Amino acid sequence: MSQAISHTNDHHEEHEHHEDLSVLGFWLFLVSDVILFGTIFATFMVLRSHFDGGPTGKELFEAPGYITETFLLLTSSFTSGLATLALNKGKVNQLIGWLVVTALLGLGFIGFEVSEFANMVSEGATISRSAFLTAFFTLVGTHGLHVSVGLCWMTAIMIQLKRNGINALTTRKVTLVSLYWHFLDVVWIFLLTIVYLMGVM
Amino acid sequence: MIDKIKDFASHFFVTGDPLIYGADVSIGLSMVAIFFVLTYFKKWGWLWREWLTTVDHKKIGIMYIIASLLMLFRGGVDALLMRAQLALPNVHFLQSEHYNEIFTTHGTIMILFMAMPMMFGLFNIAVPLQIGARDVAYPFLNAFSFWMFFVGAMLFNLSFVIGGSPDAGWLAYPPLSELSGSPGVGENFYIWGIQLSGVGSLASGINFVVTILKMRAKGMKMMQMPLFTWSVFASCVTIIIAFPVLTVTLALLFIDRFAGGHFFTMLHGGNPMMYVNLIWMWGHPEVYIVVLPAFGVFSEVVSVFSKKRIFGYKSMVFSLMIISILSYFTWVHHFFTMGASANVNAFFAITTMAIAIPTGVKVFNWLFTMFRGRIRIEQPMLWTLGFIPTFLIGGATGVMLAVAPADYQYHNSYFLIAHFHQVLIGGVVFGYLAGIYYWWPKMFGFKLNVKLGLWAFWLWNIGFYVCFMPQYALGFMGMTRRVYTYGWDMGWGPLNLISSIGAVLMGIGFIFQVWQILYSIKYGERDTTGDPWDGHTLEWTIPSPAPEYNFAIEPIVKGQDDFWRMKKEGIVPMTKESEIKPIHMPRNSGIPFIMSWFWFIAGFGFTFGWTWMIVVGLLGVAGSMLARSFTKKLDYYIPVEEIKETEAKFGRLV
Repeated sequence: MSQAISHTNDHHEEHEHHEDLSVLGFWLFLVSDVILFGTIFATFMVLRSHFDGGPTGKELFEAPGYITETFLLLTSSFTSGLATLALNKGKVNQLIGWLVVTALLGLGFIGFEVSEFANMVSEGATISRSAFLTAFFTLVGTHGLHVSVGLCWMTAIMIQLKRNGINALTTRKVTLVSLYWHFLDVVWIFLLTIVYLMGVM
Repeated sequence: MIDKIKDFASHFFVTGDPLIYGADVSIGLSMVAIFFVLTYFKKWGWLWREWLTTVDHKKIGIMYIIASLLMLFRGGVDALLMRAQLALPNVHFLQSEHYNEIFTTHGTIMILFMAMPMMFGLFNIAVPLQIGARDVAYPFLNAFSFWMFFVGAMLFNLSFVIGGSPDAGWLAYPPLSELSGSPGVGENFYIWGIQLSGVGSLASGINFVVTILKMRAKGMKMMQMPLFTWSVFASCVTIIIAFPVLTVTLALLFIDRFAGGHFFTMLHGGNPMMYVNLIWMWGHPEVYIVVLPAFGVFSEVVSVFSKKRIFGYKSMVFSLMIISILSYFTWVHHFFTMGASANVNAFFAITTMAIAIPTGVKVFNWLFTMFRGRIRIEQPMLWTLGFIPTFLIGGATGVMLAVAPADYQYHNSYFLIAHFHQVLIGGVVFGYLAGIYYWWPKMFGFKLNVKLGLWAFWLWNIGFYVCFMPQYALGFMGMTRRVYTYGWDMGWGPLNLISSIGAVLMGIGFIFQVWQILYSIKYGERDTTGDPWDGHTLEWTIPSPAPEYNFAIEPIVKGQDDFWRMKKEGIVPMTKESEIKPIHMPRNSGIPFIMSWFWFIAGFGFTFGWTWMIVVGLLGVAGSMLARSFTKKLDYYIPVEEIKETEAKFGRLV
């Protein structure tokens, strides 16, 4: 590490250094995001039994909904892995194809989540009904927001891949977005366990 | 129609107080003046090209410091207003509501908009130069961090004239900060002002960790880094772990206020104590975030001005890291009286006291460095010497507060106020001032006037003791914090008057510093050598002010305090003409500036709950991000000729 970066005249080497730096910085960003989610999880844990006489998780959560969401997101993580494989092989069309599939699966996930939220609200389980529901909507919603941001980001990268093909810059961008996507998948596993499975137990 | 406008204006603008009318007029006048000066001297293009779009870490550092000095002024005026109100019993200079607003903004501004940016300013100026780098790891992100801090601070300050200031204390405890307790927009200003600048702080934390890990000059091992760089590393690691907690805490409070949530309300199962836990999980590490870099400055200054190598380098590094870890295990000491079990309080009392050990190690190491050294009392050293006794008293009273049972007596009293001002002014402010004096020649190419500096130093120091020593006594006499006025029968009058006089002395000290800067711009001693203090580290091997590219040739380091080694071996840092190569630099960009102002628009929309404005702001942010993502020309090369010319101008070319 000690010889790390020196801006030599070699153009190629220089870019590799920069891409290297970006990946480390992104890992640190993910560390901070883990703490962000950890804090919301902790709040949820404290408030998860504060129903105030309102609906409980057992009454609200419907297995088909959250199981489908899990299925969609886990599959999308797999297809984003396939996209990375295509990237390593240098096949740009295959790469874009898998990214499209990943994004569509992500979109499906968001669709299911929105309809789940809408159903709950229509049953009177709104964010202001109880502390439990406030924490629920915030935690699950924060994850959903992350997924939505990821979708926009992925779309922008697909356009750039179409225009510029695979180069050092786009390789880095695809690497980062897939790191992000896997991270969201891991967070979802915790959500599924702590919010949904422990909620219906 | 006119009635409607009147009605809106009376809600939107803060009216009815002569102080606020005065602020309106002065804000208006200064804006007109700035506009006029820039237009008259045709400086708009210069401002845009050289400053608003810059990604040069040195310029960003300078902007941070200017902004933080402005905020020091604003926070200082708040302090003087409070001391005027409390100087004598039964004073009705401020209304009670106004007083609440002032102590809230004083605390928030001093920690988040004064100490933090001053710290980031020093990071930016010193770290890349100390480790022999040409820039930070992410120059674009660095500019973005600065502008996010800036618009956050502007949003927060705007609350004074538009909509009303926050008044629930600097940490906005619920239920006081909930809609039920603060129905106005003041708390929203608080939330969004801090939220925006907090994003900038987090990004800076990541930026400097990567910079320090990856951008060091060839040959520089971690255990050979200058201690200031080490302290920045410790502080930034702490930022990365602490700031997300702040982001979440404020977001949850906002969800309560904006969407009718019940995290911290008294109804529907909300738990206000959750907020207090969360905010201090950020808040306690935060005080170490700001004080560790000050320790780093002292380490540099003590060793340079004693003409000795620092005593116990390794123990200095370890104590920095231990402090930053321990800082996460002390937060409950802020509310020992909450009603947690004795075991919980005992745990946090012990962890709190444990921090005194590594801190003590550092103080002893500074003293041992001075022992038998050839001490020169220049301005940076002066502030370091002023710091030591102040911090010792502050530390001792801190340990007193850490004794949980005793804390039931001092809790929320003026004893506490005196304690934390003693460590924050004595540790942080003195430290950063020492740092500014120390690196000033490197920033601007001239030294600050010594005579005026001495006046400032003694006024600050004497004023400091006159102001805060009486407050310890007032705490024991039962005066609690946040009181707005008190009666003659309490017997607090004389000590309060003395305390207010001390505050005025510190205010005069600040005026002397402004005068000192203005005077020295014209008459200050020019630094032609690049090494005005006989320094030890790499930043003193290059000319003052440092050229855009910092090092014409990348240094290769052989050990700790490498410049000192070079001097001992008789090596003079010169630039060999044959070794110069084109230098790769990041291109300036207006996007950080523009994107941050879109964040400002969104933040303002959130504050007032105006959906259209939120949408406009966020769309602008998204558009700016896309624009950046699709930008192709991110960098350029400085040609060899230009470097030769610059180096020759400084007389460095051989």
